[in-house]
Amino acid sequence: MDNILLKVKDLKAGIDGKEILKGINLEVRPGEVHAIMGPNGSGKSTLSGVLAGDPRFTVTGGEAYLGGVNLLELAPEDRSHEGLFLSFQYPVEIPGVSMVNFMRAAINAKRKYLGQEPLSASEFLKLMRQKRAIVDLDNKLASRSVNEGFSGGEKKRNEIFQMAMLEPRLSILDETDSGLDIDALRIVAGGVNKLRTDNNATIVITHYQRLLDYIKPDVVHILYKGRIVHTGGPELALELEERGYDWIKEEVDKKG
Amino acid sequence: MSENITNIEPESASESRRTIDDAVGSEYKYGFVTDIDTDIIPRGLSEDIIRLISQKKGEPEWLLDFRLRAYRHWLTLTPPTWAHLDIPEIDFQDLSYYAAPKQKKGPESLDEVDPQLLDTFNKLGIPLAEQKQLAGMAVDAVMDSVSVKTTHREKLAELGIIFCSFSEAVRDYPDLVRRYLGKVVPYTDNFYAALNSAVFSDGSFVYIPKGVRCPMELSTYFRINAAGTGQFERTLIVADDDAYVSYLEGCTAPMRDENQLHAAIVEIICEDRAEVKYSTVQNWYAGDKDGRGGIYNFVTKRGLCRGDYSKISWTQVETGSAITWKYPGCILRGNGSVGEFYSVAVTNNRQQADTGTKMIHIGRDTRSTIVSKGISAGHSQNSYRGLVSVAPDAEGARNYTQCDSLLLSDTCGAHTFPYMDIKNDSAIVEHEATTSKISESQLFYCNQRGIPTEEAVALIVNGYAKEVMNKLPMEFAVEAQKLLAITLEGSIG
Repeated sequence: MDNILLKVKDLKAGIDGKEILKGINLEVRPGEVHAIMGPNGSGKSTLSGVLAGDPRFTVTGGEAYLGGVNLLELAPEDRSHEGLFLSFQYPVEIPGVSMVNFMRAAINAKRKYLGQEPLSASEFLKLMRQKRAIVDLDNKLASRSVNEGFSGGEKKRNEIFQMAMLEPRLSILDETDSGLDIDALRIVAGGVNKLRTDNNATIVITHYQRLLDYIKPDVVHILYKGRIVHTGGPELALELEERGYDWIKEEVDKKG
Repeated sequence: MSENITNIEPESASESRRTIDDAVGSEYKYGFVTDIDTDIIPRGLSEDIIRLISQKKGEPEWLLDFRLRAYRHWLTLTPPTWAHLDIPEIDFQDLSYYAAPKQKKGPESLDEVDPQLLDTFNKLGIPLAEQKQLAGMAVDAVMDSVSVKTTHREKLAELGIIFCSFSEAVRDYPDLVRRYLGKVVPYTDNFYAALNSAVFSDGSFVYIPKGVRCPMELSTYFRINAAGTGQFERTLIVADDDAYVSYLEGCTAPMRDENQLHAAIVEIICEDRAEVKYSTVQNWYAGDKDGRGGIYNFVTKRGLCRGDYSKISWTQVETGSAITWKYPGCILRGNGSVGEFYSVAVTNNRQQADTGTKMIHIGRDTRSTIVSKGISAGHSQNSYRGLVSVAPDAEGARNYTQCDSLLLSDTCGAHTFPYMDIKNDSAIVEHEATTSKISESQLFYCNQRGIPTEEAVALIVNGYAKEVMNKLPMEFAVEAQKLLAITLEGSIG
């Protein structure tokens, strides 16, 4: 594997006995941004859930490697420690657990996995301050309970803040643009762009072209009926925006 | 998480889950037995046995009388059955009512205390040796029926504070004991209170004189060691005018297949403007996963705010015991007096708890606050039962009750039984209740951020219980947090 960060081979998965992913192949290299687009129900969120280890899904075949490590053998927390981050479409609220305590548990669990000493309280708070600035997250939000009473935009900003804290190698943004107004979208996308390096990669899962105006993809995939049916450059996203998904559906359905 | 997902778990996840299960099996680290010569009287209960206990303790005639009256009353009673508990029948003739580690009579100094006893309390994290004693905390260590050692006594005595075992108090301060004993919890109160009054062995006695703020936490550590016995301790705390004390209670017991009965009484009396803060971390052995063994914790705790503007605050973290039956309450007789009850009750496996409080408003402008947080897992049953009563003359009484339940499994039960008896129109009584579950999506969210499931559960549970945990003294809070985490390890999945 020459410098491939994520390698997904013939991945099949489903939920409650129903197959949703019917053989996904995907290769992501460091420094790249991939967009995965597709109509509702095509399997976009299933793919992100399966890669992150969401226990609702059953993997029925195929492989997925992150930096050479077999993801499918790892517990969800270890996938996280190996550098996989999922920005949730619907971040859950955890009442009573402050963002500070939550992030501290997350950071120190990762450090433990990597054989490092836990961060001291002051080192940790300093890190929080630095990373908060990236998405302009209010100090007040950071001291509140995880996502509790956050607006839609605040929740998504909070996701990107956590991404900044954990410094993942691969970030999957699952419909991060849903429910965001244009200002929030700009801030969130700006945060993602600031975090881009030559060593990490991002998969942007989205229904619309809009987010891709702010996070420029190198590769665009179209997912339909559990398969990647088209792969192209940024122009593919523009074409979708113009023509909609119907031509894709027709093309695929004609082939049977 | 439900059964149907286990088959799709990655190998290592089920691996870690097994480790959690192991942790549950060995979670109770206080389950050891001290092999020490113990003076145990024959099993059974009769007037002769009560005379024998009283004689062993060298008690005055009035106390024996008190015991015998209580015993005769107890004979007319039957165990209460109104609680939401399934209590196997207890053979009260098959218990021994007095067990004392054999040691030289009344050790004058630590050198005379059996090193094995010191060792036992060391293992429990309660060092009694002079140079190792916990700073800022005085401890009365009670094993089975007797007090082993009370630390920091001399220092407290300089302020006029009395902190000693109940037996010593009977001997050295008979007038004080006689004046207050049974005044808050009379032996007629209930079945277990009558039993305790007949056979009580030891416990702690605290007296804080007028105007004195006790400079350190006072603490009693109860340990059941002997088999086939019950523990019936009695604690009496008196805070005179303008006095303040914070009192902590901890308890553990060995792991045994048999059930052991713990029927205690705690009485608190607050005079004018006095304040007593009573905190419990209850960690009696809870029995094994299938409900074998464990302590029956049937206790009566009550405080009397006798003086105007006095205040009694109960904080409890209940994680142990096979069955808990306990309602620490406040009688708010003084005008402007305040009662508080903050509780976290955790039940796992086959544990049962029926616990809550009674707030009895008698004086004018009395206020009470109740915050109860139930956490149920496994096949356990967890009930909150609380009474708020406002007497006809309790003008301006206020109560606020918040009663939350957190469910960690589909097989546990959480129940709420609030009673209100309001006889004054000016009273304001509020009750709020919620029930919630730790969802799979919350756990996955934590997992995705790198937090393993058992740590996530601990984080969420501690967050849920925060309001109550914050009321505990610092030294206790950390311990209680860990205890919550340990008790619930492996309860999800």
